[in-house]
Amino acid sequence: MQRYTKTAMSLHWLTALLIVGAFIMGLVMTSIPGFSPAKLRYFSWHKWLGVTVFALAVLRVVWRQFHRPPPHPAHIPAWQNRTADAVHMLLYFLIFAVPVSGYLYTLSAGVPVVYLGVWPMPVIMAPDPELKPVFRAVHYWLDMAMAALVFAHAGAALKHHFIDRDTVLKRMLPF
Amino acid sequence: MTMSRTVLRTTLLATAMTLTFAAQAAVLKTDVAKSSVSATFKQMNVPIEDKFKKFSAVIDYDAAKPDASKATVDIDTASLDLGDPEYNKEVTKKEWFNSAQFPKATFVSTSIKAAGAGKLAVTGNLTIKGKTAPVSFPLTVTSASGKFVFDGALPIKRLTYNIGEGAWKATDMVADDVLIKFHVVAGQ
Repeated sequence: MQRYTKTAMSLHWLTALLIVGAFIMGLVMTSIPGFSPAKLRYFSWHKWLGVTVFALAVLRVVWRQFHRPPPHPAHIPAWQNRTADAVHMLLYFLIFAVPVSGYLYTLSAGVPVVYLGVWPMPVIMAPDPELKPVFRAVHYWLDMAMAALVFAHAGAALKHHFIDRDTVLKRMLPF
Repeated sequence: MTMSRTVLRTTLLATAMTLTFAAQAAVLKTDVAKSSVSATFKQMNVPIEDKFKKFSAVIDYDAAKPDASKATVDIDTASLDLGDPEYNKEVTKKEWFNSAQFPKATFVSTSIKAAGAGKLAVTGNLTIKGKTAPVSFPLTVTSASGKFVFDGALPIKRLTYNIGEGAWKATDMVADDVLIKFHVVAGQ
């Protein structure tokens, strides 16, 4: 059985952890009423997670160019392989699109990002009250699409592991 | 006949001269649409600049004698626009501006002195949320389309005026240093 490289595995699971964390934080922070120091802290941490996911996404794409993923295991119907490829491509698109939409949202609201509280990130657009609700909606719907795809992705991996009993999930695990 | 004409001419000339001098030292009318007052601060080290949507400025400026000038600026504490209606409402509450009890923040100048070409040194009293503190800041004066343009930046410490009480006293959340920027266009 051919596995993914250890680097690819680390990037995959780290990204997954950060995305789940950022997603939960996004839901929690937007449900806090009013205005409190804790709420502002969560917003900042959420944005830092988003920037980190974006950076990891770049690393993953670069790594993948030079270390092609292992081929699909044998005996899997072609339609499942095609579906897997499509979902993976969509997920790659989303791990860029979601943080970018969030970044544009916060800039349109006039709140730039200072990564980890120390590194001011480029302000690539001026505050724009008209675009603010647009970016907010885009960020939200891209997030929901990603959540749905993550469930499908994880669900399929578990199906392959526990029902089909093949090597699909094992390829992404170092043990 | 000649004498009354002379008297008339002299009177007219004297009146004209008085009016000219008076016009130079008049109270200016602020063009609020072209002016702005904003607060620049850091929130978790993120620089934010927000405008006060409602304010008025009464400036009595004499370019020839700046020492005789006076300025008063009144700012509606409930008019700070943080870009979100929920936040805008929060900042009027007791912990922040307490706009219900203190609807206005006021600056009244006590001295204005020339400080070089097109520059003024302004000293006065700033009253916010019932607390008054002396402040001084530089102001630049330029003219555009027949009006005066005053630009200044007044650094304050928000905790001096109890802006941001309780949990909001923490300066890592909202820094103590706040810069009030004025851009006032005023003419006759």
